[in-house]
Amino acid sequence: MSLLDVQNLSVTLHTPHGDLPAVADVSLSVGAEETLGIVGESGSGKTMLARSIMGLLPRARASASGSVKLKGVEMVGARASDLRRLWATEVAMIFQDPMTALNPVMRVGRQIDETLRVRLGLSRSAARARAIELLEMVGIPSPEKRYAAYPGQLSGGMRQRVVIAMALAASPSLILADEPTTGLDVTIQAQILNLLDELQARLHTSMILITHDLGVVATRTSHLAVMYAGRIVETGTTRDVFARHRMPYTRALLESSPRVSNPAHTRLTAIPGRPPNLLRLGEGCAFAPRCGFASERCHRERPELSVPDESSHAFACFNPLEVGR
Amino acid sequence: MSDVLLSVRELTVSFPHGAHRVSAVAGVSFDVLRGETLGLVGESGCGKSTTGKALMRIVEPTGGSVSLEGVEITTASGRALRQLRTRMQMIFQDPISSLNPRRRVRDIVAEPLDCWKSATGSERDALVSTLLNQVGIDPVANGTRYAREFSGGQCQRISIARSLAMRPQLLICDEMVSALDVSVQAQILNLLEDLKAEYGLTLLFIAHDLAVVKNVSDRVAVMYLGTICEIGPADVLYETPAHPYTKFLLSAALEADPDAPQNREVLQGEPPSPLDPPSGCRFRTRCPLAQERCALEAPLAREVSAGHQVACHFPLARTT
Amino acid sequence: MSEMTRPATETETTEFTTPPSRSLGWLFWVCVGWLGLNVLGAIFASVLPLPDPLYQNYMAINASPSLHHLLGTDDLGRDIFSRIVFGSRVSIAVGVGSMIIGFGIGAPLGMLAAYRRGRLDAILTTAMYVFLAFPAIVAVIAVLSFWTPRALAKIILVIGLASVPLVYRVIRTATMAVATKDYVVAAKVQGATDRRILVRELLPNIAPVGISFLLVGIATVVTLEGALAFLGLSVNPPTPSWGNMINESRTVMSQNPWLVLFPSLAMCLFLLCLNFIGDRLRSHFDVTEVKL
Repeated sequence: MSLLDVQNLSVTLHTPHGDLPAVADVSLSVGAEETLGIVGESGSGKTMLARSIMGLLPRARASASGSVKLKGVEMVGARASDLRRLWATEVAMIFQDPMTALNPVMRVGRQIDETLRVRLGLSRSAARARAIELLEMVGIPSPEKRYAAYPGQLSGGMRQRVVIAMALAASPSLILADEPTTGLDVTIQAQILNLLDELQARLHTSMILITHDLGVVATRTSHLAVMYAGRIVETGTTRDVFARHRMPYTRALLESSPRVSNPAHTRLTAIPGRPPNLLRLGEGCAFAPRCGFASERCHRERPELSVPDESSHAFACFNPLEVGR
Repeated sequence: MSDVLLSVRELTVSFPHGAHRVSAVAGVSFDVLRGETLGLVGESGCGKSTTGKALMRIVEPTGGSVSLEGVEITTASGRALRQLRTRMQMIFQDPISSLNPRRRVRDIVAEPLDCWKSATGSERDALVSTLLNQVGIDPVANGTRYAREFSGGQCQRISIARSLAMRPQLLICDEMVSALDVSVQAQILNLLEDLKAEYGLTLLFIAHDLAVVKNVSDRVAVMYLGTICEIGPADVLYETPAHPYTKFLLSAALEADPDAPQNREVLQGEPPSPLDPPSGCRFRTRCPLAQERCALEAPLAREVSAGHQVACHFPLARTT
Repeated sequence: MSEMTRPATETETTEFTTPPSRSLGWLFWVCVGWLGLNVLGAIFASVLPLPDPLYQNYMAINASPSLHHLLGTDDLGRDIFSRIVFGSRVSIAVGVGSMIIGFGIGAPLGMLAAYRRGRLDAILTTAMYVFLAFPAIVAVIAVLSFWTPRALAKIILVIGLASVPLVYRVIRTATMAVATKDYVVAAKVQGATDRRILVRELLPNIAPVGISFLLVGIATVVTLEGALAFLGLSVNPPTPSWGNMINESRTVMSQNPWLVLFPSLAMCLFLLCLNFIGDRLRSHFDVTEVKL
């Protein structure tokens, strides 16, 4: 049995403009010690997916259907107290902006302490010792000194390390990292990604890594899901999705990213148009209006995510690309 | 040396910070050649954006000289400065905040024309329509809409149209695609290349993304903590970096390819505070090759190959 | 040119997420209507078929509301309805007049200081804070006590000047939030003059804040006039103003409660409408709020 099992999850946001299907019919699973990458552009629903997996949707403005099972425990519609227990021990989230995850007027050490004391019931002195241990583990130099610092006194990279330390406090079995390195510089990004890799291997944690950056998922994930307009349009092992992608959107995404290895002035293959307005989705495939391979059927009917052969590589397309382009 | 359009010499910018001064740009010199794209890369806080703004005098340089075709910019004032500015234009990072939300698209694009009364009446309208068409915004359907109704990519197109209205010689692009999605980013980069050819523009392309910079630039300059550590032809610099920092920067850049070389060297630590920069070479505190001399004397730029200069006492050898 | 037509096709699927046009609501228009009625009444009071507000009818002292005296009469037999309509002249004139002075001086200074920054800003802001530190209400009372004979113009001038630092502070803060936006820098880069930037780029974006503060300001000054009247520092009786009427009716409140009720009600409704309109306008024109 996989650690996390999501079945037909849909999330509708209630906006002043109407109901918006932010996540539509998503199914995925994450096994023990696996890393699943979820890539998509803004508005593809990747962040909403993460929030609904965590049970962090604003209840007044969103409704979810389907099932999210973590170690067999259903999280959709779970009571707040049950969710809190899961957050405490099984699943932790790392956000894009570490500043919003930290209380700016509280010393970072005390924030970690608090987490430890509430979640694990440690004593004050034990919590302090463990907090310093955690800070050291995430590679913060002179952790005793940083223990007393306020978040504002740390750099972006250091703050993200503190957030990771907090996420690891209760040794969760699953970490959800939502754009964990987006605001950071490349050299710091490399440090943080290496740290996550290292910790994951050491603590045997599973991870979902959500990002818009194909470079981040390429070498850091075992499986990959590409999202477009709230749906997963292609998924499989990372290597398969990169090398043998079948969905035209995946290819377009790969070809529109500039690469360091390309010679200067390489003309990029831009995807025409822009992501669809989720309030006005048509009948057919959401990518059809921007797709060079779209047939009449694509505009009429929506392709289901399906696995055509023995592999685990699934895609949602009527006119899939030939393997090897 | 080919035709120099913009010449920057020992440019410094410092800001008061309490009793001290932070030197955001500490003596930067480079030339931008007519018709080329010069990429300026570096991490946050390295002073690349401040350099761009100082060239336009949006922030005041505290020293050095900047000249556009031999006309000194740092000492110009009043109408002369305003006129100089129309020959150089700037595009900003945040597409939404670049456009006044309470003005219509046509008026935004026509603003420079109205300022200078360089085109009026039907001539002005025709010019605005041409500009909007060129950036892919339908002037009939969308010209009378308010800026706030557009997406980030479209706002950036409108910004480009506005910046081209006065037919500038130099366009400074300050992180102009970093707020956009990959697919939209590619559209804008292609558009920029097209317009560069159409208008015979010279570009100073400031960005933190190494892949984006490589894609558009003829030459690239790498900045660290207010100084330029390496400058050279894009392909040469990316292939055979001579400065240790450039090498680390490149190895940290992520390729969208699972088979890309793994386990590359990762630069340790974080940049020191510009309030208290290290003596000598500013990179020495994080440089694995640093020696005693690096702390004593700041390295001067020297040529390692044609047009490829590096400011390092112990530049990396060309191994490949 | 054929090369240049290509990008146009890239935005063919242009779609707009135009915000639904939010109506201001019926209550807003009721408030506007009521304020309009008040203002029209104040302007045309003398040509309306109203009894003389100063005529003392000793045959009808402390009369209850009737067809003849719509809202009754006061202890001197003067028609209350007529006095309220004529009294609104003073209240509205003081409110609007002083705010014109306050905004006329405070708003341009605030904008200029926030846009220019530097020494000009430092000097102006320090000066304004010195004035703000001095209790304005005491200053107004002091000046009006000694500057006799009191007249409407003097009251307007004194309150108007006293409001300058407040207006300055609000407008300066609002401008500072806008002045750092990239579009202001962009305008500068295009060679726009400072005056052009102030008028074209800054003014439209701070106007919503300004207008809503203006309305609240008028409301505050109308109350202030009431308070001054209570101290006998507003226009000299027998000229009616809402404040004067409330003040005079104090002594006979137990015999004739109408006397204090109606002018208070008039003032209260007037203030309520102003505040409501100000608040509605602010949120209606707030671009950022429209975004989500």
